[in-house]
Amino acid sequence: MWVYEKKLQFPVNIKKPNLKYANAVLTQFGGPNGELAAALRYLTQRINMPTSKSKAVLNDIGTEELAHLEMIQAIVYQLTRDASPEDFLKEGLQGYYAVWDNHIFPSSPTGEPFMAAYINNTGDPISNLHEDLAAEAKARATYEQLLNLIDDPDVTKPLSFLREREVVHFQRFGETLDDLQLHEGMKTQFVVKKP
Amino acid sequence: MENTLSRKDLMRKIQELSFCAVDLNLFLNTHPYDAQALQDYQYVLNSLRQLKDLYNQNYGPLMNFGEAYVTGNSWKWVAEDEKWPWEGDMVI
Repeated sequence: MWVYEKKLQFPVNIKKPNLKYANAVLTQFGGPNGELAAALRYLTQRINMPTSKSKAVLNDIGTEELAHLEMIQAIVYQLTRDASPEDFLKEGLQGYYAVWDNHIFPSSPTGEPFMAAYINNTGDPISNLHEDLAAEAKARATYEQLLNLIDDPDVTKPLSFLREREVVHFQRFGETLDDLQLHEGMKTQFVVKKP
Repeated sequence: MENTLSRKDLMRKIQELSFCAVDLNLFLNTHPYDAQALQDYQYVLNSLRQLKDLYNQNYGPLMNFGEAYVTGNSWKWVAEDEKWPWEGDMVI
């Protein structure tokens, strides 16, 4: 069960529309290292985690990712809400306009719609936590690439906040991996079932 | 508690304290016996609850599904002159 809170985790108030920026930021909505992939990855993995601690970590970080998804949606929306067909043509983004007008849609900047394959789960909690650490590191790198592209402080401030959260999540996943490897999860780590 | 803040400032305060609560929650998940973090979490929680009540009383519900109380004689969740969070500053 989730309950909605009518607020953003961090304010997003963009005054200048910019389709190029929107197109770049779109990767954190529907792209491979985006917030939608993160939320689904963790909220799916939590179900089969072996300890209460690891379930809590995945549940709560997965939930925070939903708030990040909402911030990314807000950024893309505020950058595009007033765009006309001519604006899309000017930026070479007529393909996006043709399919979605100026509505937001979870795709990559190059138009691939969101794919469940981005989630990359397996049947082993230790491997999944390694995947989560990699996912956080890749999301952080993506935010750094976006910060290199974007000049508007109204956009870079929330993106910097999101980048910092990737660092914190990486830390918490590292502690969870340690905990599973060294303590409670140890028993099943190296067991290979015979056919 | 009396409301001395503007709507925007009250919202910012709630966002700040909510962020503390999220971050402390994640920290406590991997450090469940950390006395300082437990104490900080409780402190943040008390202040946050007061500010959210204040917001609810003055500007309508922050949450759905039974987590906020009704004020006035209409369902303010759908008030047309209210912005939704993704639309930018909530103060019109």
